[in-house]
Amino acid sequence: MASMTMIQAIRSALDVMLERDDNVVIFGQDVGFFGGVFRCTDGLQKKYGTSRVFDTPIAEGGIVGVAVGMAAYGLRPVAEIQFADYFYPAYDQLVSEAARVRYRSAGDFTAPITVRMPCGGGIYGGQTHSQSPEALLTHVCGLRTVMPSNPYDAKGLLIASIECDDPVIFLEPKRIYNGPFDGHHDKPVVPWTGVPQSEVPDGHYTVPLESAAIFRPGTALTVLTYGTMVWVAEAAVRETGIDAEIIDLRSLWPMDLDTVVDSVTKTGRCVIVHEATRTSGFGAELTALVQEHCFFHLEAPIERVTGWDTPYPHAQEWAYFPGPERVGAALRRVMETA
Amino acid sequence: MSQCSPLKLHVPEPTGRPGRETDFSYLNLSPAGAVRRPAIDTPPLATVDVADALVRVLDDDGHAVGPWDPKADPQLLVAGLRAMLKTRSFDARMVVAQRQKKISFYMQSLGEEAICIGQVLALEPDDMCFPTYRQQGILIARGYGLVDMMCQLLSNDRDPVKGRQMPVMYSSRRHGFFSVSGNLGTQYVQAVGWAMASAIKGDTRIASAWIGDGATAEADFHSALTFASVYRAPVILNIVNNQWAISSFQGIAGGEAATFAAHGVGNGIASLRVDGNDFLAVLATSRWAAERARCGFGPTLIEWVTYRGGAHSTSDDPSKYRPADDWQRFPLGDPVARLKLHLLATGALTDDQCTRMQQEVDEEVVAAQKEAESYGSLASGHVHDASTMFDDVYRDVPAHLVRQRAQQQA
Ligand SMILES: Cc1ncc(C[n+]2csc(CCOP(=O)(O)OP(=O)(O)O)c2C)c(N)n1
Ligand SMILES: [Mg+2]
Repeated sequence: MASMTMIQAIRSALDVMLERDDNVVIFGQDVGFFGGVFRCTDGLQKKYGTSRVFDTPIAEGGIVGVAVGMAAYGLRPVAEIQFADYFYPAYDQLVSEAARVRYRSAGDFTAPITVRMPCGGGIYGGQTHSQSPEALLTHVCGLRTVMPSNPYDAKGLLIASIECDDPVIFLEPKRIYNGPFDGHHDKPVVPWTGVPQSEVPDGHYTVPLESAAIFRPGTALTVLTYGTMVWVAEAAVRETGIDAEIIDLRSLWPMDLDTVVDSVTKTGRCVIVHEATRTSGFGAELTALVQEHCFFHLEAPIERVTGWDTPYPHAQEWAYFPGPERVGAALRRVMETA
Repeated sequence: MSQCSPLKLHVPEPTGRPGRETDFSYLNLSPAGAVRRPAIDTPPLATVDVADALVRVLDDDGHAVGPWDPKADPQLLVAGLRAMLKTRSFDARMVVAQRQKKISFYMQSLGEEAICIGQVLALEPDDMCFPTYRQQGILIARGYGLVDMMCQLLSNDRDPVKGRQMPVMYSSRRHGFFSVSGNLGTQYVQAVGWAMASAIKGDTRIASAWIGDGATAEADFHSALTFASVYRAPVILNIVNNQWAISSFQGIAGGEAATFAAHGVGNGIASLRVDGNDFLAVLATSRWAAERARCGFGPTLIEWVTYRGGAHSTSDDPSKYRPADDWQRFPLGDPVARLKLHLLATGALTDDQCTRMQQEVDEEVVAAQKEAESYGSLASGHVHDASTMFDDVYRDVPAHLVRQRAQQQA
């Protein structure tokens, strides 16, 4: 057990899986000798050799395409897309191939691949280093989409993803790679050290897919969120003093609906928070699910707090980012509804 | 039964790494003046030898030699040198400004200045460029204001792209400079589309497409080659092979088994491999390609062999993956020093004039920086108002964004 950053926890998961399973191979842009632009694969090529951990050409479609082919052979590829903003050239290989090969071959071929991609803003990355494209992935039947909010979950979920026989998209909120971020960008950066969720066991363990976590128990309302926004929601709860229950979905789709339904049934109020743009965002699906399953328990309309329906701007980053003030205002509004 | 031993994955490795010198013999250089100059209507496949050699004009003493000598007007070369010096001075100051946290990010073009500047001097002012983030030299050579460039970098409220993009992602239709995308390779095939449009409309303008060695792996690069070849599009397809794509060397992009220029020949495109640090070779081959395109003989692909003299960006530390003195040992030298040597050798410039030119560009850059900084920066909060974030998503602001803007401003 040691305190790890998200980056160290992800590296530890990859290390464990390279060690345990000869079929695990890791590749992507700059992941080999250099160890990745965020250092998640640092040292792994040296330890496991260039046949197991290697650089690829800059071709996201190629990266996911060869992963599908390797999986057809029997490997368990773990591919890195340098930024989620760059996965679009791979969309065809994900949607038409990885996600459907099991279905179209009636289980004859499968694609047990894991595609890691850093996502989310808060680093002044502008529109090409800030996007949260999860809704483009949760919309695809056959894909699993996962997003951890802390080092412990990152390692356990990544191992579960690699061991999973389905294709898994593993989204890594880059703003919390090195410390939790509550949305107060003008305050000093907080490291992971000392945060309970940064205590990570050395060896193998999993956090099961399709299991949400009750990040903070509460009775007044339910906040459904994931990734960086878990920490932002917690700050909003702290600052408003509203006794909200924060659910960290962790697996976005397929998801743990029971935990969600139990919570909203109990609290009767629901606020959904994500960083991605609003329209047809994953929050729309969550809103529909809550409405379908909890309608008669709801005491107020469901609210969504999201990024605006614009590309992620560079200079106006903090006006775009749904920070604790916007989340807090939504919590108050939902509580004020009789 | 095959006698083969078990298969093994080949992963290209550079010869040089931190602490281990690069063996640059892989570059396969030709002597200055040695490569033939084909006729401008040459069939694409007949350029296969030029795609495998290296067009060079300047010899070690700074003299122009061989069939590619552009016999350029000395004043044009002096203008080229001035634009290169200005670009280098601009870059150096912006790297420092980033370190001082005045700007959030920067990418310099150190060592590659001759390529886009030489090409722009071979183009007409209204020919259209589709650049990457490393062709600031185009804007400088075409006279885009340094203050405007810096306001973009500072993301202040005079940023012509309103703070929408990270620093260096300029856009200027007026200067034939397409909006820089962060997504690699997309502009390459768009340039082919622009060139096709010029042909569709019976225009005389041509397009100039830009990409790095690394990004040639993207599908858009290969689509560009196919479309350019099929429609004989009036476009120059530039590949800036600066040997590195962040930490991966050009072998990972496919440069180990064949030159990048050879990709063009295989697609039915006339292709040249050129010393990108030789301003005269850049000018001569760019003129050849521009004339070929404008005369309707179709596209030319040019691989420019050069070296990324600086870090990939201000977020990068190249000492982690390549030898620290790699650029000093790069056999094609420094494009600025080589052009200077030529101008001194031919008497087009004196030492004093060179020194004065350096002083003038430095003063111009310093003055521009002073003015641009007086308009504030992202760090000082002098940015375009948040309400402008909702503009330009569509031509008019639709109802849902009117609502969101009101919420945001509340
Ligand atoms: C589609 C896409 N994938 C990955 C990246 C991340 N990235 C930015 S620059 C770069 C290296 C590009 O190298 P090269 O094409 O050789 O250009 P250079 O930086 O050398 O000018 C990478 C991988 C990106 N911007 N877009
Ligand atoms: Mg390069």
